[in-house]
Amino acid sequence: MKVSFILNGEPVTVDVKPNEILLDTLRLKLNIKSVKRGCERAECGACTVLVDGRPTYSCNLLTVQVEGREVTTLEGLRDDPIVKELTSKFVERGAVQCGFCTPGFIITAYALLKSGKELTPENVKKMLEGNICRCTGYKKIIEAVTAAAEALKK
Amino acid sequence: MFYRIPEINYFRASTLEEALELLNKLESVKVLAGGSDLLIDLKIRRYEVKNVVDISGIKELNYIEDRGEHVAIGAATKLQDIVESPIIATKAPVLAEAVNEMASWQIRNVATIGGNLCNASPAADTAPPLLVLNAKLRLVSLEGEREVPITGFFLGPRKTVLRKGELLKEIVVPYERGAGASFIKLGRRNAFTLSVVAVATLVKVRNGIFDDVRVALNSVAPKPVRAVSVEKFLKSREVSMSAIEEGAKRVLQDISPISDVRASADYRREMSAVLTKESLLRSLERAGVKL
Repeated sequence: MKVSFILNGEPVTVDVKPNEILLDTLRLKLNIKSVKRGCERAECGACTVLVDGRPTYSCNLLTVQVEGREVTTLEGLRDDPIVKELTSKFVERGAVQCGFCTPGFIITAYALLKSGKELTPENVKKMLEGNICRCTGYKKIIEAVTAAAEALKK
Repeated sequence: MFYRIPEINYFRASTLEEALELLNKLESVKVLAGGSDLLIDLKIRRYEVKNVVDISGIKELNYIEDRGEHVAIGAATKLQDIVESPIIATKAPVLAEAVNEMASWQIRNVATIGGNLCNASPAADTAPPLLVLNAKLRLVSLEGEREVPITGFFLGPRKTVLRKGELLKEIVVPYERGAGASFIKLGRRNAFTLSVVAVATLVKVRNGIFDDVRVALNSVAPKPVRAVSVEKFLKSREVSMSAIEEGAKRVLQDISPISDVRASADYRREMSAVLTKESLLRSLERAGVKL
């Protein structure tokens, strides 16, 4: 099946089987490598992308489901001021250990900062529940996101 | 690649009518509302399915509307939209309370209320609040529409009264004026987890007497259930701590938990009574009743 969608602002068309997941299309056909293959069962968050601006697991979404929709990955947000702030705060606060979960955390946190939701440490924790860090750096990750939110307010 | 979805035929329905025609025509078919449960189930081969009908893009199934005496929720409404809806927050807050604790943000962004109900997991977290709210479900097929109370919708694990070719279209949630309601979920951890047991309660009190009491639980029976023994015991009784404690214990007559990977049957029984009491107390507080 031909599927057309917007990837990081550019229209793309791919030929996929109906059972192909978006994660595979992105990594294997469209060279999007910030999206990580983790648990493959909608638990770990390493494959998180934005679909129409909302964080979504790409391992548990058929590529045919994104027909006509907007998919955003970190590749499309390289120059975004929010992502830049988040990245520098992650580095500054030591919120990166092995780094495998980091793109998933950054893009979920990006959506959170964009959403205008209230950003107490409690709420940051709540909204990042769907991302797992097996180096268990949660405290520093939450600090980094909260600090980025503070810095962006100024 | 560890998991693989088997080969399927995919049909995207853009209108309700188109969806009903597809469901009527196709054999070995499942509805994909968001896919958060279905795709995992296909990956682990829970079902053998040849055809999938995607209803997520149907606008006629995606809405939250205040209709004066009730709130109507389209079956393909995403869980996160329920959490963030000002209508649900004011007219059915106990539903938002339950949905907010479901899964993760990423999943709530694709999972739908209709999918959670039709998947009919005994642990479905949208069920207890809708059970105490006396929600009604509007089912539609090419033959027409019918309405069933949610108390009659579930038949057992992953079984509902939906017939072949029939689709859940709308969830109707009546207003509950002067009531206090709450939802408490116990999981193996706080975040992103299935229920070991979850309880929703709703109370109305007049002149110190329980005027109406509704209690519902999930994960402690083959389907989400109302705890009618608790309700019967407390109704028309004077509100007191001893009545609540005595009433909450009766929940054991309404449930039949099993032991599984998440908890033992004994633990579930114990916690059902504890949480029923806690939730009743919280509901009373929210109804402005002091003990």
